[in-house]
Amino acid sequence: MAARLDVRKTYKLYVGGKFPRSESGRSYEVTDAKGRFVANAAMASRKDARDAVLAARAAFAGWSGATAYNRGQVLYRVAEVMEGRHAQFAEEVARAEGLTAAKARAVVDAAIDRWVWYAGWTDKVAQVAGAANPVAGPYFNLSVPEPTGVVAVLAPQASSLLGLVSVVAPVVAGGSTCVVLASERRPLPAVVLGEVLATSDVPGGVVNLLTGVTAESAPWLASHEDVDALDLAGAAPLPGEDPTVDWGALEAAAAATLTRVVRPAGTGASGEPDGAVEPDWTVLPDGPRRVLAFMETKTVWHPKGR
Amino acid sequence: MTATTPALTDRVRDVLGSTSLDDASLRRWLHGLPGVDEVGAHGRAAMLGTRSIKTTSKAWALDLAVSMVDLTTLEGADSFGTVRSLCAKARVPDSDDPACPKVAAVCVYNDLVPVAVEALAGSGVKIAAVTTAFPSGRASLPVKLADTRDAVQAGADEIDMVIDRGAFLSGRYLKVFEEIVAVREVCDEAVALHGRRAHLKVILETGELSTYDNVRRASWLAMLAGGDFIKTSTGKVSPAATLPVTLVMLEAVRDWAALTGEIIGVKPAGGIRTAKDAIKHLVLVHETAGERWLDPDLFRFGASSLLNDLLLQRRRMRTGVYASADRLTLAT
Repeated sequence: MAARLDVRKTYKLYVGGKFPRSESGRSYEVTDAKGRFVANAAMASRKDARDAVLAARAAFAGWSGATAYNRGQVLYRVAEVMEGRHAQFAEEVARAEGLTAAKARAVVDAAIDRWVWYAGWTDKVAQVAGAANPVAGPYFNLSVPEPTGVVAVLAPQASSLLGLVSVVAPVVAGGSTCVVLASERRPLPAVVLGEVLATSDVPGGVVNLLTGVTAESAPWLASHEDVDALDLAGAAPLPGEDPTVDWGALEAAAAATLTRVVRPAGTGASGEPDGAVEPDWTVLPDGPRRVLAFMETKTVWHPKGR
Repeated sequence: MTATTPALTDRVRDVLGSTSLDDASLRRWLHGLPGVDEVGAHGRAAMLGTRSIKTTSKAWALDLAVSMVDLTTLEGADSFGTVRSLCAKARVPDSDDPACPKVAAVCVYNDLVPVAVEALAGSGVKIAAVTTAFPSGRASLPVKLADTRDAVQAGADEIDMVIDRGAFLSGRYLKVFEEIVAVREVCDEAVALHGRRAHLKVILETGELSTYDNVRRASWLAMLAGGDFIKTSTGKVSPAATLPVTLVMLEAVRDWAALTGEIIGVKPAGGIRTAKDAIKHLVLVHETAGERWLDPDLFRFGASSLLNDLLLQRRRMRTGVYASADRLTLAT
């Protein structure tokens, strides 16, 4: 039997439910944890980021308008499809993060469980964070959390799958749509997640995944007027490396266009400017903080009476 | 009714090379026009679409495109309010930027012309009305003329008429020709009323003409009959304005100018939604008809959502950050 030719995979972007190459035509080499070449990934440009924001904005009405129960079902479906690709995720994570096969499988388990955990929050977060407020008058006064809009997410640099799921799932669980800059040096698990999202019931444009240089694309997203919130988790560098992303400058750019910002761990209100660190994503969150971080409180007054 | 004015009769004789004006002579002439190379037209339009227009050229092109927009609302749900807000948008497209040019015209149904006239008084923005039983054109000639007269008397500066595609496609070219001539005469009645002619735009509805050869023939027929502009589409039929169709029409006005010395305008309408599309059209205009046509008097975009995309690009160039449609009025 003749030897088969290699069928190599092209790792592309995931924008608006499609898998385009970068508009710029650029790509970059992705290596494994030991520095060996693995594949070429698309290097997104500012125009890819702009197109992704357009796709996310277009998808927002449908996604935020879906019932919370329906969103929960759709997100659970994502976990089901991830489970079917368990082996592929484990292989990508092992290569990207330099883990043993067993450890990589445990990370994928945790990532899928995290996704299910956030899927469960979709129709519960309003009970937890909403309220019927007592007011001095004959009115019902109700506060409910509503999705903020388009969220730009800098995905964690080290935890290429569990970290990614931990920042993306809460955004979409709350009903917002997102543009995600995947881990710069470990982008391939994110591309596989894009393939999972494309074959689940998540509408195109709800999650848009870009691979490339975080410090290059992030400023365009931070200053974009049509981006409503910015998650800076990925501003923390890989362990033992110097930061390449200036999260302070990104926060300032975001402020100029009234964009809500979630700072990276290690940078409290009085935190050191370069103190961003990546948290331990294996720890189960103690509540839907990250869901609520991308929601706005709407309060309505309604007269009582017959 | 046939070509009534001596000037028109002379022109028809000169162009057709025939003293008789009937279906047969028009057919001989129109079918004698060279055929359109469809593959070539697609290729040329695609090639010109790849031109990269950047920085100062882009800023200039965006401003020019804004000044060429015929801001259009042609919905059954149009009300006085929607037309007034459209007119306010036409006067001041971007309220954050006084340097932003005004659009060329507002395009409405004829019963809403009086509202637009009042809202646009003194602004310099023209008022275009669609008439002649727009968009189908399926009405008798007296009805079409009354429709047009109504708009002219109400003060429309420009009349967008539709041709009778049924007659055109079945070869009754004289009927199409005579209708355009008759509507043109009604447009001329504006001289007595308002001291200026109403400009006549002839909508070919290229999406229903099937072939580029037909687009070319309809363009020539409309120019022969005295249209000031030839316009691609009503916006109610898909496909509407495409680059190859605009290319064929631009070639027609260029060749008509070479033949007769008359400069006719072109208006693609429908389907042009992004600034990028608009700039591709401007490149096509420059490379096909020539720089002379880069003028709001000779080239227009019939559009509604295009304007906001142009304004977003202008803001992007002015502020350096990507802009949100939430900051603009009339997000469509």
